[in-house]
Amino acid sequence: MEAHPETNHGDDHGHGFAHVASVKSLILTWGTLMCLTGLTVYASTIHFGSNSMNLLVAMAIAIVKGTLVIVFFMHMRHEKPFHVIIIAAGILFAVLFVSIGLIDTGQYQDDVVWGSYDPGAQPTTSTTP
Amino acid sequence: MSHSAHEDSGQSPFIAHHYDNARHQFEAGKLGIWLFLVTEILFFSGLFVAYIIYRYHHPEMFEYANRYLSVKAGAINTCVLIISSLTAAWAVRAAQLRQRKTLITCLAITVVCAFAFLGIKAKEYAHKFHMGTYWGEDFDPCETPDLTPIDCAERHEGHEAAAGKAEATAAADTTAKPGAEAAAGTGEAAATAKPGEVKLPDRVAAGVPPHTSYFFSLYFGMTGLHGIHVLIGAGVFIWLLIRAIKGHFSPDYFGPVEYAALYWHLVDIIWIFLFPLLYLI
Repeated sequence: MEAHPETNHGDDHGHGFAHVASVKSLILTWGTLMCLTGLTVYASTIHFGSNSMNLLVAMAIAIVKGTLVIVFFMHMRHEKPFHVIIIAAGILFAVLFVSIGLIDTGQYQDDVVWGSYDPGAQPTTSTTP
Repeated sequence: MSHSAHEDSGQSPFIAHHYDNARHQFEAGKLGIWLFLVTEILFFSGLFVAYIIYRYHHPEMFEYANRYLSVKAGAINTCVLIISSLTAAWAVRAAQLRQRKTLITCLAITVVCAFAFLGIKAKEYAHKFHMGTYWGEDFDPCETPDLTPIDCAERHEGHEAAAGKAEATAAADTTAKPGAEAAAGTGEAAATAKPGEVKLPDRVAAGVPPHTSYFFSLYFGMTGLHGIHVLIGAGVFIWLLIRAIKGHFSPDYFGPVEYAALYWHLVDIIWIFLFPLLYLI
């Protein structure tokens, strides 16, 4: 069983029972994550037209980072399909939770204190009741 | 399962008798940790929903309040966690390949990073408490993010302290940008005040938007729950470190390292989302 763990690549169910990550893939993933951290800090200093745009850029980078961690550090790439279904279902339900929560927010427009701290700010058109 | 061939002499002593073999035990644990991680994702998503809904309602407050947080501290903590994720993943590899020295080194670095993260977090919390940026009703900052002193309960308690800052405040009053009327109002009040007793601008006049306490409720709630996870992770990795030094792990038995690493990566992913949401945007 402990014969050739280095040569495991998911499709060799005969020896060893888990994929062994290569040093190269670990270091590359780590390096990319560090670069993306720098990128997200840098991106937050640029104004992309609107605050929602900045939010979108930051979230896109965070999703890429999270995916890298799941795929390479958590070796989802070599995981059993059943485990992939479990984690995908978990993420799906988290997304549903957020989406259904967001649908409900429109019911409370009166609470919004638009531009209350900056009188010069232009209120977004979509938010006027 | 027809893996009886594996039940030979070289098997790890940590394979429980109710499993067919090492692989059987490993697969059972793997399924268990993945199910646990799903519950963790859903656990944290409740807080993310709260964040999104409050942000949707009070965007101006979120954009203002995150200036109270130190981007530098947050970015350093992100890097610390990413480094610890690398060493956690490397530890799994080392355990699988029976590289005992590498395993011990990687686990030790992970533990050090966990405590470094908590140390930086503790420093940030101490600074928040010093600033008076508490959660909920206790939110009563004595300074704006630009360090302009503002009226707060603590100042009312100690007039001597307020008098000491008279000059700084006078300078800050003239530079206070939000709302021309507000600045004029405080300037007038300062002029009528007795010498040595300076009237500080109140929170609204200084530009702190209403409901800013929501941000700090979420900040402490989210980072606090995440911090508890880091603390538990640090404990688990210390336990693994002790077991690794005792030589318990082998290519047949590395499950605990693998499960702890998966948990640690999830904690890392949660921080990857918390960092931009709280510190950057």
